[in-house]
Amino acid sequence: MSEPSSQSRFDKTPVIAPGHSFGSITDKISSIVLRKETPKGWILGFGIAFVFVMMMMYAVAWLLMWGVGVWGLNNPVAWGFDITNFVWWVGIGHAGTLISAILLLLKQEWRTSINRFAEAMTLFAVACAGMFPALHTGRPWFDYWLMPYPNTMGLWPQFRSPLVWDVFAISTYGTVSFLFWFVGLIPDLATLRDRTEHKGLKMVYALLAMGWRGSAKHWFRYETAYLLLAGLATPLVVSVHTVVSFDFATSVIPGWHTTFFPPYFVAGAIFSGFAMVLTLAIPIRKAYGLEDFITMRHLENMAKVMLATGLIVAYAYVMEVFFAWYSGNSYEKFLAFDTRPQGPFWWAFWALWTCNIAIPQLLWFKKLRTTPWILWILSIIVNIGMWLERFVIIVTSLHRDYLPSSWGMYDPTRYEYMLFFGTIGLFVALMFLFIRSLPLISIFEMRTLLPEASVQHNEEH
Amino acid sequence: MAENTKHLDLDTFRTRFDAKVERTHWMSLHELGDEESFFASVSEEFPQQAIPLQEGVDRRDFVKLMGSSLALAGLAGCTVPKEKIVPYVRQPEAIVPGKPQFFATAMTLGGVATGLLVESHMGRPTKIEGNPDHPGSMGATDVFAQASILGLYDPDRAKTVRQLGNISTWTNFLGALGTELKPLKDAQGAGLAILTEPVTSPTLGAQMRALLAALPKAQWHQWEPHGRDNALEGARVAFGGSFASTWYALDKADVVVSLDSDFLASGPGSVRYANDFMSRRRIRRGTSAANRLYVVETMPTPTGSAADHRLPLKPSEVESFAFALAAAFGAGPGAKLDDAHEAFLRSVVKDLEAARGRCVVIAGADQPATVHALAHAINATLGNAGTTVFHAEPADAVPAIGHESLRQLAADMTAGTVKVLLMVGVNPAYDAPADLGFAAALDKIPFRASLSMYFDETAELCHWHVPQTHYLESWGDARAFNGAASIVQPLIAPLYQGRDAIELFAILLDDANMPYDIIRNYWKSQRPGIDFETAWNKWLRDGVIEGTAFVPKAMTVALGAIAPGAKTGEYEICFRPDPAVWDGRFANNGWLQELPKPMTKLTWDNAALMSPATATKLGLVGDRGLPGEGNERNLHLWSRRAPMVEIKAGNRTLRAAAWVVPGHPDDAITLHTGYGRTRGGSVATPKEAAKGGGFNAYTLRSLDGLGHAVASVGMASGDYQLACTQLHHVMPDEREIVRSGTLEDFVKNPALAEAHNGPHSGEMSLYPKWESETGYAWGLAVDTTVCTGCNGCVIACHAENNIAIVGKPQVMMGRELHWMRIDTYYKGSPASPELTINQPLMCQHCENAPCEPVCPVEATSHSTEGLNEMTYNRCVGTRYCANNCPYKVRRFNYFQFSDWDTESLKLMRNPDVTVRSRGVMEKCSLCVQRINSARIDAEREGRRVRDGEIRTACQAACPTQAIVFGDIADPNSLVSKLKAEPHSYRVLEEVNTNPRTSYLGAVRNKNKEIAG
Repeated sequence: MSEPSSQSRFDKTPVIAPGHSFGSITDKISSIVLRKETPKGWILGFGIAFVFVMMMMYAVAWLLMWGVGVWGLNNPVAWGFDITNFVWWVGIGHAGTLISAILLLLKQEWRTSINRFAEAMTLFAVACAGMFPALHTGRPWFDYWLMPYPNTMGLWPQFRSPLVWDVFAISTYGTVSFLFWFVGLIPDLATLRDRTEHKGLKMVYALLAMGWRGSAKHWFRYETAYLLLAGLATPLVVSVHTVVSFDFATSVIPGWHTTFFPPYFVAGAIFSGFAMVLTLAIPIRKAYGLEDFITMRHLENMAKVMLATGLIVAYAYVMEVFFAWYSGNSYEKFLAFDTRPQGPFWWAFWALWTCNIAIPQLLWFKKLRTTPWILWILSIIVNIGMWLERFVIIVTSLHRDYLPSSWGMYDPTRYEYMLFFGTIGLFVALMFLFIRSLPLISIFEMRTLLPEASVQHNEEH
Repeated sequence: MAENTKHLDLDTFRTRFDAKVERTHWMSLHELGDEESFFASVSEEFPQQAIPLQEGVDRRDFVKLMGSSLALAGLAGCTVPKEKIVPYVRQPEAIVPGKPQFFATAMTLGGVATGLLVESHMGRPTKIEGNPDHPGSMGATDVFAQASILGLYDPDRAKTVRQLGNISTWTNFLGALGTELKPLKDAQGAGLAILTEPVTSPTLGAQMRALLAALPKAQWHQWEPHGRDNALEGARVAFGGSFASTWYALDKADVVVSLDSDFLASGPGSVRYANDFMSRRRIRRGTSAANRLYVVETMPTPTGSAADHRLPLKPSEVESFAFALAAAFGAGPGAKLDDAHEAFLRSVVKDLEAARGRCVVIAGADQPATVHALAHAINATLGNAGTTVFHAEPADAVPAIGHESLRQLAADMTAGTVKVLLMVGVNPAYDAPADLGFAAALDKIPFRASLSMYFDETAELCHWHVPQTHYLESWGDARAFNGAASIVQPLIAPLYQGRDAIELFAILLDDANMPYDIIRNYWKSQRPGIDFETAWNKWLRDGVIEGTAFVPKAMTVALGAIAPGAKTGEYEICFRPDPAVWDGRFANNGWLQELPKPMTKLTWDNAALMSPATATKLGLVGDRGLPGEGNERNLHLWSRRAPMVEIKAGNRTLRAAAWVVPGHPDDAITLHTGYGRTRGGSVATPKEAAKGGGFNAYTLRSLDGLGHAVASVGMASGDYQLACTQLHHVMPDEREIVRSGTLEDFVKNPALAEAHNGPHSGEMSLYPKWESETGYAWGLAVDTTVCTGCNGCVIACHAENNIAIVGKPQVMMGRELHWMRIDTYYKGSPASPELTINQPLMCQHCENAPCEPVCPVEATSHSTEGLNEMTYNRCVGTRYCANNCPYKVRRFNYFQFSDWDTESLKLMRNPDVTVRSRGVMEKCSLCVQRINSARIDAEREGRRVRDGEIRTACQAACPTQAIVFGDIADPNSLVSKLKAEPHSYRVLEEVNTNPRTSYLGAVRNKNKEIAG
């Protein structure tokens, strides 16, 4: 293992292991893409993910054929796995944007080795997320009615509806994330274009590189554009999940009708996003021997962000219960003290508190923060916890609201599980394709981390 | 006028055109007009069109026009219909396309008629309403009448004559019957047996009498599983051997005591009784007196839920109570009661004494004849006869005790003396008492034929089966509970090869007339010397024949020696007709099957109903509590697995699912009949248990225990899924969803308000208030005091609004589509709730409707008249509106629930209401189609819509007028007055939804002497 033992390098664990040169970085990262033989592990992993994608396609086809009734939704619980999964996936995407945009603006250079695949993760997560609102409608073939477009019906969407805000928020987010990711890729695409020996690939990379020659003018424009996009993406980190939280906060249902949902949701999104980055980064660095680039410092920093956002989330959970009591509203009280902790979904509630509040406290220990396999397990637990959070908010609030006569229950069907695990398969499959076809770590940015790169900037010190 | 020349002055142009008539051929007005001023006028009037005309076409517009022309050319290809459309050559009189017509007719149940008005659209009956002129209806209906429209169009009805199951013809049947009958006719009819329902039809009765006169040795039997046997026999016991009918004037009764009678919701005259009874308890500002209702019953019924005091007793105890009550008035041998019941009895007696001549004691249809006799004795002693209780000859053409009659027939069949058996409208192979062995005895008859609506259990065992017409397809006549006769008018020609009883018996009588003429001839003979055509038309129009109601007779009670006959045992079984499928005849009616039954809220099945304590005693407490009980901590609605019990009565056993009902007495089990069908349609006999079907209670029912039996009960292995739409909950915390109180409370605190959930403002909104453009503001008020929870409104809504049924598996998932539901709330202990409140809940039409702003496509919006409207075509189906509805009254089409393919059902639909597709939300529209129709009429006549002119389907069906619709902008409308009542409140006002629907709190007139 090239992992340096940590004690002596307490704060100064480098963001790139010593001994690398421009060439070695480029070789190392581009070889993952340009190697001729596809590794057997990749084929196996992609194959498994692809099976899940097929399962998803089956679930979608079945859904479109018969209607949303193939899911377990019903009269009080009209949203279940669909919106839970939507919010969960959107939340996961947030870490990517946070890492690439906000940390860029804050000049956190350690972000460099993880931003590329975190951004890819954002894109894929948004793709998975987008499927759910699109498919959950009763008549998905009319989904385009949510878009504002001039039409012969003379009708617009209703701009008072948070679902329309969602359409704007998610589509903007998806677009900006894609642009940001793509612009950041251009110099590396040019590198791949120059290094590949395959004619066809050369053409593809050349087209995508858009004539990048690396001239000073190119670099100047690139830097400006990238910075601008980072500026554009930054408010989205906050706004997207704020808008998503409005789906609930603007309603009248106890458990949804809560003013602190926006910050609570944003913190939760970053919490789950970093968990997902860790879930991906730990196996990838191991499989591709990238421990030099994604060092323990990265893992630890991400663990610290998780710990911080986890504490915000914990605070929100406690406040939610406190205000249910403090408000004196009997419906809120019943929800907070009866329905959630003691009702039919008590297990989800307590699992959520365990996964999101109790277990993340282990991150206070440096030993655990710096043990990759423990960190990986913790990140999975947080992912589960954050999924449960949305499930508890959506389903428990709906299944027992105001009138006991309309109380119900929710049992997800196999098609909901298939679609959910199918989107995880899609996400993983897209990740595999990305790793094989594009540099998963920004080559040129990694090169700037080398001491040689900062020579020119000496005057700044 | 000068400015007029700027506009299209048609007169000017017309003169100009007229002047140019010498150009006999012209291609366009352009050519004829030919003047600047014409274009100026045209462009003034139609600016969009004028521009290209005047200025020619530039390149851009040319391309645009070409594009749209091409598109339109394409469209033309798909709009040319293939079929030829032929208009009426002669427009039928009185039919205005799009305008429904109403015809009076009558439906019978157990032989007793309820007068109806049937809505017909272009010759298709689509909706049943009550006939306000009919004494049994007063404008309202019960669930069975409402659902009968589906019975007419039921695709599972028998469609052809069948011989041994093979398709045959009516002529073949008549030929075969003629051959068989010939020797019998020669023998004065010996060997011929006819089995019918109890016949109140005067014409059919006359036919039967004529037939028996012609063939004196023929046998005519009448059987009805839940008939009036006990009432008839009771009258015979009480009045010294003569049959009599009994009816009540409940609007004159101050105190009503029900001995297990569900007179408010089932049985002859119940629709009228509910109306009369509730007319005495319309609690309004200043009301300090009301009638009082005591109910002593086993199975909790709608009548029990309306009671001021309800005493749950086992069947044997009900009988004892009746004997003890009678003894207090000097009749019968009396009976010993335990102390608590004795105290209750004393209070009842005191109240009755105080209301001599103004009270009624009503015995239930399933109570033994002795209880009926005692009730007659009590009523006579209290001087009620002639004021609140009336007697006359029975409505039956020839009164018969059904089970005696059927026993005789079975004996004859077994003895082999029956050669030809004709069964008309009955299904004894399914519903005869189990100890008769009727199905086996049928085998011995050489020629047996059945005339019935479905190819049912009996039809299957017959040589011949002839499809029977529906009452909306054939002529007939029938008597109401008080004897008033109605002509049953058909609304449509028979859909299939149906025949009716009158036609069949005419053939037996060699009468060549058609039923229409037979009925007319009968009534002509009854009313000699009148202008018959005028009278006939009046009868048809009114739906009732004047002067046919019975004249009350004074009857003298001559009670012989009677004694309680109820057997007591470890468990007592109580057989009752099902509140939805009755005796099984409606088992193929999906609307009724999916109707949440009163109190139990079960759909698609029956169950062994029992008290929580009995269920506990039987060891039926599962890990999720008792079956049917709402468990606060771990409630799993709908797909509740109910444990099975095995009920042993004599040598017969029945396994049935157990279900708990609050207010059921301990150690007793109620079984509703009508389930466990084996033939008779795909709805009645689902292929899998998961789709319903229930348990056949008839298999336990014997001749000596038609109403009640003694049995041993034990827990059985296995379980059964029951589809329940609502469990019995203890109301959590201080939710004030229903308000209730005693009359005394009401006098002291008319608001009946107890706790509050925050400020009730209803006026806080960021958005401007809705202003009505037309000045109307529609709203609804519901009086929970008078609601019995009979479900009439729910089915009426179903029929009016083309609501689909979803089937048992979907109900178990909580996807039923009822636009309105009846929420039942209890107060007090589950063993004997002191109060049961029924709250009909439909879309509340909120002013600040939470559903409206959340819809991303504005598919649900607010009309200026205050309706919360659904635009189905625009709905994408995000279901956000349903989530955000605090009342959870929105219903979603999770699948394609509406049947778009079955031809007969297409005829049934209300053409004014969209048939919904998969993936759209639906909910109560306050019958917007009725509002619009009335508004159009009013506008055409240049007046405002009158109060009461619009009646929603639920309101129209309600026997107690618990639901009132109207214009709340008009302070003089009935609905406004109800909303101004002190005990008017709105559900969940604290959520600031500002609903348009309000409720009047439930008031019960408690007797202070009785606690609870």
